[in-house]
Amino acid sequence: MSRIGVLVCHCGENIGRTVDCAKVASALGELPGVAHAADYKYMCSDPGQLLIRQAIAEKKLDGVVVAACSPRMHEKTFRRACASAGMNAFLCEMANIREHCSWIHENREDATEKAIALARAIVEKVKRNQPLSPIRIPIERRALVIGGGIAGIQAALDIADGGREVVLVEKEPSIGGHMSQLSETFPTLDCSQCILTPRMVEAYQHPGIKLLAYSEVESVSGYIGNFEVKIRRKARSVDETRCNGCGECQKACPNKKIPSEFEQGLGKRTAIYVPFPQAVPNIPVIDRAHCAFFRGRAKGLKKDACSKCKEACGRQAVDFDQQDTFTTVKVGAVVVATGYQLYSIAKEQPNDKLKGYGEYGYGTIPDVIDGLQFERLASASGPTGGKILRPSDGKEPKKIVFLQCIGSRDPAKGIAYCSKVCCMYVAKHTMLYRHKVHDGQAYVFYMDVRAAGKGYEEFARRAVEEEGAIYLRGRVSKLERAGEAIKVYGFDTLSGQPLVIDADMVVLATAMRPQPGIEALAQKLSVSYDAHGFINEAHPKLRPVETNTAGVFVAGACQAPRDIPDSVAMASGTASKVLGLFSNEELERDPTVAVVDETGCAGCFHCERVCPYGAVERKEIKDRKGVLLKVVASVNKGVCQGCGTCQATCPSKNVELQGFTDEQMFAAISAL
Amino acid sequence: MASEAASEATPHPQFEPKIVAFVCNWCTYTGADLAGTSRLQMAPNVRVVRLPCTGRIDPLFITKAFEGGADGVIVSGCHPADCHYTAGNYHARRRFAIFRDLLDFMGVDVRRTTFSWVSASEGGKWRDVVNDTTERIRQLGPFAEYQGLSDPLPGGRRRPASGHQVDSPPARGTP
Repeated sequence: MSRIGVLVCHCGENIGRTVDCAKVASALGELPGVAHAADYKYMCSDPGQLLIRQAIAEKKLDGVVVAACSPRMHEKTFRRACASAGMNAFLCEMANIREHCSWIHENREDATEKAIALARAIVEKVKRNQPLSPIRIPIERRALVIGGGIAGIQAALDIADGGREVVLVEKEPSIGGHMSQLSETFPTLDCSQCILTPRMVEAYQHPGIKLLAYSEVESVSGYIGNFEVKIRRKARSVDETRCNGCGECQKACPNKKIPSEFEQGLGKRTAIYVPFPQAVPNIPVIDRAHCAFFRGRAKGLKKDACSKCKEACGRQAVDFDQQDTFTTVKVGAVVVATGYQLYSIAKEQPNDKLKGYGEYGYGTIPDVIDGLQFERLASASGPTGGKILRPSDGKEPKKIVFLQCIGSRDPAKGIAYCSKVCCMYVAKHTMLYRHKVHDGQAYVFYMDVRAAGKGYEEFARRAVEEEGAIYLRGRVSKLERAGEAIKVYGFDTLSGQPLVIDADMVVLATAMRPQPGIEALAQKLSVSYDAHGFINEAHPKLRPVETNTAGVFVAGACQAPRDIPDSVAMASGTASKVLGLFSNEELERDPTVAVVDETGCAGCFHCERVCPYGAVERKEIKDRKGVLLKVVASVNKGVCQGCGTCQATCPSKNVELQGFTDEQMFAAISAL
Repeated sequence: MASEAASEATPHPQFEPKIVAFVCNWCTYTGADLAGTSRLQMAPNVRVVRLPCTGRIDPLFITKAFEGGADGVIVSGCHPADCHYTAGNYHARRRFAIFRDLLDFMGVDVRRTTFSWVSASEGGKWRDVVNDTTERIRQLGPFAEYQGLSDPLPGGRRRPASGHQVDSPPARGTP
């Protein structure tokens, strides 16, 4: 007969309010095989855990069921408590009577009855639990950082400074990300490039960091401590080992009219280009879609349509025949830092859930720009050399209107969340504008000014009180072209007056969204993402930089809208997690893995076919003379992740997932 | 009120069905946790069994649940392409597409089974799945037929009143 202990938690009032915990304890105490049942206010607290340890010692328990919150919350806590009392940790399980019971029901009787059933099922399961011991696997102590923006750079530098190798992958030709596009940063107004570019160079020159720019993650296999990542190195058409970044090829390129991505379409670039002068690595790339040579080749021309860059290059670095190559790296941890994109105001949206902004001209009025475009106008290295000029006619705008929350906080457009940074950067924009156009007037239409952060509120106030920006609380119904001006039809909800402003330029603070393709990357890494595509953290409060996949961490704006300080803090957080993981040579893993009963296995290998990890191997069984008797399946414990698909597939039920065996599950189901 | 109108039309208004839900740990279990954290009120009839993945859910679990007195069953996991284990939910989808036909052949009303995808962020969807399934099973009434199927001899084993009957497990080796 088993000796199970059942401990029912009140969770303060969270469970106790709707579930009669004493009744649950007494009902379970009557089950056969239950040797101890009690309830307590806070099971997870120190005295609560002490109760568990005492019960194990005094009642000689061989299994513990804690009826409390979700096992996703505290299973580890209670297993640790049991282990410290000398019991095998895997003989302890939790029944979820908070999230799945007390919080979602009001009727006390119903909730109590359900709590008893849920706990009873777990009691029956635990009676059949087997003691398990953690699996130890070696760790590849090298990290992969995906994304070379400020978050990725910070994570890479911190990990490399901690003495571990880093592979930094960036899909663009240069690292730097969106921060390299910014003019000045709030709330200090220091120049973005001045603080970022030294970090870029540091990352490039660090002996512990291998930078793979213009590369993308192709596929990921493996698991924590032992990932194998295939990286596509996109063809630059320039030999990185030969190029010295002199720039002669760009001068020679005849196609100089291509809208520059870095300048947000406000400036032009050549077909062979570096995105910006401070690019790292400072090696150009040929944009094959715009290059005359490649267009000629696509048309089937026998003669080279153009090879001016190749002729101009003194080091024979231009290589038109370069192909994408693949490189595979073994890493123990992955940091995802892919950053954001801005909500497009175009009519066509990439996603059905998002709707365009017809009332703001669908991007057809040239002097209606977004926040990043304004950053480029305000940047000393930008297309106007730091002068605020209208894209349409190059005139200085004397009246400029900023609209906040474009997309953000607008469920009708598909985005219910706040983008967090816009209030601050709009305040910054009004200041930068005032510093450059002294007689100009800035208006801001806002919903709320959210300036939570050190020095942020003071900064936002300064924009109004010292820099003369006029803040109007309300939304703008439409923008209309009126000659050279743009008519802004708005409403000031504080005075209750409709307003029409004849603006020279309008800046839309569009929402932050995750990068396109984030879903595909998340699927490669088996990490979950929310309805918007932001990567889900493991716990919103207590595990903010981990994901649900062990060994994969998340930093910066790919997890939620983030400003620079937040992204950097998160990146350093991931680095400390990675270095913590790498401080051991071996890793202890949950023994929830499949085990084959070789005596019964018929060798049909259905399990091998369904295993998503290739964990099922073939094992030959021979007699003493070495004659092959049969070939059976065998699970590699290091590779198995414990999904259990093999067990449900096995026709003869000879493979079992430890911790979720048929015997355990059938007993639990019958007891519900 | 819509719910009152529905209950008037229900042939078994007093009947509280017992429903067993088999869910994966990563999406639906977490989604159900989120429903709890968000305090979304729902019918108390559904009892959740946590498994690592929908791929682990053996069709026999479903028959076992019916045998144990369940009036309905929910199977729910990660959306296609979102499986924590890459492909477990695809195996589950194929398995249950076929198993539904088998249930139908066996004479089990397939409306007693619900298959759905509920992600970790869809607490509201989980509530809807729970409430809709409960209401549907209430319309269908108690599931007596399966007891008949599993009990070929007349006057044999009856549906246990408490809904559970468990043999004592074999002895376990010392830890």
